[in-house]
Amino acid sequence: MDNKLGSLLKVPTIKKSIAETLLRYLVIILFTFTVFGLVLFIAGKNPIRAYADTFTSIFGSFYGFSELWVQMIPIMLTAVAVALPAKMNLINVGGEGQLFMGGWLATWAALTFQGLPKVIFIPVLMLFGFLGGALWAAIPGLLKAKKLVNETISTLLLNFIAPLIISFSVFGPWRSAESAAYPQTPAFVDAARLPVIPGTRIHLGFIFAMVALLLFWFFMKYTKWGLEIRAIGGNPEAAERMGIRLQWHILFVLCMGGGIAGLAGMAEVTAIHGRLRIGLSQGYGYKGFLLSWVTGGSPIGILLMAFVFAVITSVGDTLQITQGVPYAVINILFSLILFVVLTNPVLKGK
Amino acid sequence: MIGPSKSVNARKEDEPLFELRGITKAFPNVLANDHIDLNIWKGEIHALLGENGAGKSTLSKILYGFYQLDSGEIRFLNKTVHFHSPQDARKLHIGMVFQNFTLIPAMTVIENIALFLPDLGMFLVRKQIIKKINSLSQRFHLEVEPLAPVWQLSIGEQQKVEILKLLLANVKLLILDEPTRVLAPHEIAGLFKVMRGLKEEGYAVIFITHKIKEVLECADRITVMRHGRVTGQLMRSEASEDKIIEMMFGKTKIKQVERIIKAGTTSSKPLLELKKASTKAQGFSVGLKDIDLKIFHGEIVGVAGVSGNGQKELGDLILGLLKCEEGHKFLFGKNATHWPIGRVRREGAAFIPENPLSMAAVPNMTSQENMAVNNTRKYSRRHGFFIDLDTALTDLERSFENLGMTAPPFLCPIKTLSGGNIQRVIIARELAQSAELIVAFYPTKGLDVLSTIAIRQVLMRFRDSGYGIILISDDLEELFSMSDRLIVLYQGKIVGHFKPEETNMVDIGHLMTGARG
Amino acid sequence: MIFIFLRGVFSSSLLTGTSLLYATLGEVIVERSGIVNLGLEGILLISASTGFAVTAATGSANLGLLVAALAGGVFNLLFGYLVVTRRANQLACGLTMMFLAFGVSALIGRPYVGAMITGLQKIPVPILTELPWVAGSTLFNYDILVYVAIPVAFLVWFLLFYTRWGLSLRAVGENPTAAFAAGRNPSLIQYQALFVGGLLGGIGGAHLSIALTLTWSELMTAGRGFIAIALVIFSKWHPLRAIVGALLFGAAEALQLQLQARGSVISPFILEMFPYVFTLLVLLIWGGARRMAAPASLGRVFHGTE
Repeated sequence: MDNKLGSLLKVPTIKKSIAETLLRYLVIILFTFTVFGLVLFIAGKNPIRAYADTFTSIFGSFYGFSELWVQMIPIMLTAVAVALPAKMNLINVGGEGQLFMGGWLATWAALTFQGLPKVIFIPVLMLFGFLGGALWAAIPGLLKAKKLVNETISTLLLNFIAPLIISFSVFGPWRSAESAAYPQTPAFVDAARLPVIPGTRIHLGFIFAMVALLLFWFFMKYTKWGLEIRAIGGNPEAAERMGIRLQWHILFVLCMGGGIAGLAGMAEVTAIHGRLRIGLSQGYGYKGFLLSWVTGGSPIGILLMAFVFAVITSVGDTLQITQGVPYAVINILFSLILFVVLTNPVLKGK
Repeated sequence: MIGPSKSVNARKEDEPLFELRGITKAFPNVLANDHIDLNIWKGEIHALLGENGAGKSTLSKILYGFYQLDSGEIRFLNKTVHFHSPQDARKLHIGMVFQNFTLIPAMTVIENIALFLPDLGMFLVRKQIIKKINSLSQRFHLEVEPLAPVWQLSIGEQQKVEILKLLLANVKLLILDEPTRVLAPHEIAGLFKVMRGLKEEGYAVIFITHKIKEVLECADRITVMRHGRVTGQLMRSEASEDKIIEMMFGKTKIKQVERIIKAGTTSSKPLLELKKASTKAQGFSVGLKDIDLKIFHGEIVGVAGVSGNGQKELGDLILGLLKCEEGHKFLFGKNATHWPIGRVRREGAAFIPENPLSMAAVPNMTSQENMAVNNTRKYSRRHGFFIDLDTALTDLERSFENLGMTAPPFLCPIKTLSGGNIQRVIIARELAQSAELIVAFYPTKGLDVLSTIAIRQVLMRFRDSGYGIILISDDLEELFSMSDRLIVLYQGKIVGHFKPEETNMVDIGHLMTGARG
Repeated sequence: MIFIFLRGVFSSSLLTGTSLLYATLGEVIVERSGIVNLGLEGILLISASTGFAVTAATGSANLGLLVAALAGGVFNLLFGYLVVTRRANQLACGLTMMFLAFGVSALIGRPYVGAMITGLQKIPVPILTELPWVAGSTLFNYDILVYVAIPVAFLVWFLLFYTRWGLSLRAVGENPTAAFAAGRNPSLIQYQALFVGGLLGGIGGAHLSIALTLTWSELMTAGRGFIAIALVIFSKWHPLRAIVGALLFGAAEALQLQLQARGSVISPFILEMFPYVFTLLVLLIWGGARRMAAPASLGRVFHGTE
């Protein structure tokens, strides 16, 4: 076992792969930002001004810079939610819905167990957040394990259903009496709120994300289940003939992934909003999907690219505020990045 | 190397239809064709004979335009021609029936043939096509039901459709790539009748095979290939089995597997027993019906049958991958009817697959990892948080020693090894654990001669040391030489149960295709 | 009362089912050639936004329809470049095209949000609309796309099963190697299928904005593209069965809308879930058995020969 520890600390190798990854991503980013700039230009907007404004808002103030890290949290978690099943060639597009349902169940717990002290309350909320996402992912998991429905379609369809459940709850049984104009639940008690770094909105969820990435890396590389999952991903028929139970693994990875996305939802309701609202997610589930695909599911890649994605989100905000361009156009930028990676597998590091 | 005999080039009546000169083609790992010279005449059955990997298939695919030659030339009527795609070859009336039929199972015979008609108009008029089919099918003994979807046809009938496709497309030179591989003996006779009919009407037929007996039965002209070169050419009149063997293998004698006739099994308790076992048919596959089978220690039970008649299902039923809908299954004396495959494997069943890279190995993982993941229970440490790859490696090395096989590199992705080596790794992995029952599923298919012999020897050794082996194979010679008992599967039922010395290949062939023996 | 309710549902089904049918037919053609296009949702968005924008800008709904259809075709050609020429993963590329469409459609539609347009002209059926139980409703008073929808389905059926092109297309979807050996160009055929499929999908999307709702809002298609994909499976990749499927789903959505309009006790949000739940159930019950009917080479890529 000491040999294993020693190899874990092979710093030069880690440094080299980070450098390679950085270079690859730099190429991708330069290319796509240029093309996107062209698209904006053709649409009659000013890309240079947009990029410049974004730069000032991000690096001009401590708060602006900290917001990047806030943006990174949910998408890193939803990226793992996609990356884990992807190791088995399962395509989980349901991060969005799983995030919502995690937030939903955590909200229920927050409103129900109001007397608990913070030290206990937070873990309880984490549990329910995880459970919400995991159970929501169990539906497509079971359907796929029983060979009934392809998981890509079932997770997508569930993405449309989850926000309706939120709306129903927020407009109905959980509606707060105070804010009649804006449908939302009552504010959570202080014990239910995740701690933040003072002066910023960076919350405990960041630790969740770091731990999730680390565990994901360790799990896949060293554990028995990681080996089995890689075997299924490499050759499902061979894996089955070796006695690996496919159905169980399918359910496992989807529920695990769903649970991690659920944690992202829990973090959003308890840290950012402090209550359940309709606008809980800004496409975090889909961004996580894109993040996982662009980086090939590599934990280091996810960390690095999440930063870039957060910058892109900032560009989107800037464009909307300063030039009246709908925020949705950043999807063009995201899809360009994905196009480049999908058509050039070598850029993914395969 | 034996050069062409004098009479080969002495056909003064007509010019050859096609001349191949200096054909050379290399692939990443192998020189498939090395300066081949060959002439094709019309009205002749020209056999291209050689072992697996001799280069016959590659050569014919070049002639068909499917592959591009690296150097050399093809001449048609004394002019050089270039084939960039099958379309070019078809323009010169060359057609090919591949080993894997280019038929579309979901479509009907008409649609499959229409797809290949050169003069198909914008609209599909089925009546017209039926007329065309019928005029040819009667003339050349190629009767089929035009409206049937292809998946309902037998392999022999499918082959007829393939030939009809070519004839209706005005093909004058037919290349048949190992057409007898999938046929039963009496179907082979039918095929030869078709070939002779074609020859008599002036068609040219190239017949690719590795079976010497077939060549002697039907060919007019014989070209022998080995390791990418032509090692000899004869007319039928000058040919004999010995001459041909020498051309195919050179001076080295291939050691035949010698069958040790056992005096009967010592153990009375069966390793495996199936009692009236049945499975459900799914999609295009067949369901097993009322299977009664016993396998004892120290014997090889061979399973003969045309592919698609339940062999895969039988193997999967034994292993526990396929559910036993009715009846019972007993393994090692216990009721195993509902055991999942993991349990079956752990209790002592090993599985040697047909295509190891697609069925039993994870291609991107190393042999070491493939060894470990095969039995994660054994190699997991700390409740699953670590995998002991080192022990897996030593176990794999030890297994290779026990089997007397040379070990290939273990730490590179298994897909980089040769087919024979991959199969060796899988066998070593399977037989590393203590097993009593081996399910061997077309274990030597597509492998080179040396690997094939090595694997057969391994199986015999394990039989002698008390293992029970069920050998599913499409090579009747292999089954006859290795089995202690032989069963025949047809449409999911056992239709025959013999000792090899009590029967012969023709009778088995009849049973395999549904005729009463 | 019940009668008016049922009449409303029936009429509504035809309207909502129309765009579904076009989208499904387009996807049937594409999948029959061996390609899964998860970006169908994107085509609907692109064509809905483009159709609306052109209609609002020029005042001609017919021109809007034409441009929208072409936009759908071109969009699919781009997708074709990714999966046919560059041989990238079909599922991932389809979803990426969808994200692209989120952005592009938002960009195109933005200037026209809230604009009033005259949609596609409604053509009343002469005698039928004067019947007492029909008058005063939307029944038999539809735009041209509704009337032509079922004939188009028959046209697609004829195209696939009675023409040389259709035979080649189906062959590519079943076994591209065989098609190649028969002298067809699988890549070219797939591009053609994608273009035609994109045209049909474009018509479906355009119908949403310039005939049905006469508005544009971001993401207004609300997953109809995925419902259409489920419909393709449900109809076993057969254009005529797709008619039944589209009507069924049109009815499901219509039922939900009518219930909402009548102020049902059930929360509107629960009602809105209905089409998606229905789709999941349909896939659940029929999906497994249907897989046998899928084109054998669906989702795989043809690599050509050496």
